[in-house]
Amino acid sequence: MEHFPEAWGRPRNDIYGPYDHSYLQTTGPKAHTQSPAVTGTSVIGVKFNGGVAIASDNLASYGSLARFTDVKRLRVFGDSAIVGFGGDVSDMQHIDRLLNSIDIRENYSSDGNLLNAKNLHTYLSKVFYKRRSEFNPLWNHILVAGFDGDGKPFLSSADLLGTTFSAPHLATGFGAHLAIPILRRLFPEDTPLENISKEQAVEALRECIKVLWYRDARSLDKFSIATVTKDGIEVKEDEKVEAQSWAFAETIRGYGAQVN
Amino acid sequence: MTSFGRYTSAETVGYSFSQPTSAPNKEHSFYPYTDNGGSTLGISGSDFAILAGDTRSVAGYNINSRYVPKVFKIGGDDESGDGAHILLSVVGFAADGQALKERLDAVVKMYKYQHGKPMSVRACAQRLSTILYQKRFFPYYVHAILAGLDEEGKGALYSYDPVGSYEREQCRAAGSAASLIMPFLDNQVNFKNQYIPGSGEGHALEPKKAEPLPRETVEQLVRDAFTSAVERHIEVGDGLQMMVITKSGIEEIYSPLKKD
Repeated sequence: MEHFPEAWGRPRNDIYGPYDHSYLQTTGPKAHTQSPAVTGTSVIGVKFNGGVAIASDNLASYGSLARFTDVKRLRVFGDSAIVGFGGDVSDMQHIDRLLNSIDIRENYSSDGNLLNAKNLHTYLSKVFYKRRSEFNPLWNHILVAGFDGDGKPFLSSADLLGTTFSAPHLATGFGAHLAIPILRRLFPEDTPLENISKEQAVEALRECIKVLWYRDARSLDKFSIATVTKDGIEVKEDEKVEAQSWAFAETIRGYGAQVN
Repeated sequence: MTSFGRYTSAETVGYSFSQPTSAPNKEHSFYPYTDNGGSTLGISGSDFAILAGDTRSVAGYNINSRYVPKVFKIGGDDESGDGAHILLSVVGFAADGQALKERLDAVVKMYKYQHGKPMSVRACAQRLSTILYQKRFFPYYVHAILAGLDEEGKGALYSYDPVGSYEREQCRAAGSAASLIMPFLDNQVNFKNQYIPGSGEGHALEPKKAEPLPRETVEQLVRDAFTSAVERHIEVGDGLQMMVITKSGIEEIYSPLKKD
């Protein structure tokens, strides 16, 4: 019988060797995040006539393990902006707490929460830049969707280094490789926004999520999709990839057991 | 010493609280910089200065966006930059560039409020050097070029290294394609390796003297420099943003570059 309850549940020294305490360090420099732990992958977004559509799957991976399969990575801010998070999930939850406290504070002001998506993106990119400058980064790549000060559709990205950029369609993670070319083919960059309907945008994002499910090993067939328009925000958080066709798998050569 | 179960002494038991925490210090693996590519170029004339930059933003082999400006108006009245009399271009790490631009903009605005007159380009140039050197040991990873008109109304151009060394010059190329553009400028602006035909015997020719070029010539040189850089550098392309500062104000000219 082990008499020290503190030792219960720990690997036995006589079998596994002395326990490695390095992660419980109490002296020495403060250890900041050196790499993310539980992570989300792609977020994809596209502007359309009168708004923005954004989507991400509901997976939080622990390395190559599909650890949490019901994590909502699209967060609604106020009634005019959505933030989609890729990267570390605990950092996402931290940022979500920041956003909630801002939302509450703003709602107490006499004219309500007037912060638009552009303001929110500026704020978040400064949070990221400050944290990277302290060598204590928030390990995320985010997309912010909504409207700017002039009421025009707004879609912009910010990452753990504080780098920001904007484009008619954006994607984080694997989506930057797989989804962007699809979106670019469907809606060339010089397409006027008036020529892209909400339905087309949403359908394109569903297709992109499907392609990511086919080819991104850290993705899931359950996803969230949201739109921001002047009428408000619509979020669907329990969508499933439909009409899958794995016929293409037959044609793949060079992996697995087939001879040629 | 009393023996508990299979352990002979408390030291061999894996308690987190009783163990010496002398694990070797881990080196930080977080790298706070990235290279967002692109190139900038500035040329000064007798009564004008031109600052130009391509609008592509990259991360590795990915194109983040085809329109991320690198040339900014400094000290304007509002977000649009109207009323500005100084130009700044930053190339390198875009997040640092953004932060630097915002700091310099605030400084120039404060100068006007405190002194009741616009900041001279010479003063602004010295201030920018100080701002950069203040971060000598965690630098803004950017190559900056500052442009305006000096006290005599002549075109003024100052170029900087990331830690604040600066120099007034006739022309300067910075960024990823600087090594491609700068020799072209040496030849076409400062007439390096150009000699006056028939001015001497054999190779003892008189060098062609450099003199300020007219605006049309300079604009065409800028276009030629960038179209050539696009051919030979993968991080340069998409769009060319040119800002021309004269005594009547700042003119912005955008023209497309190859998107491949």
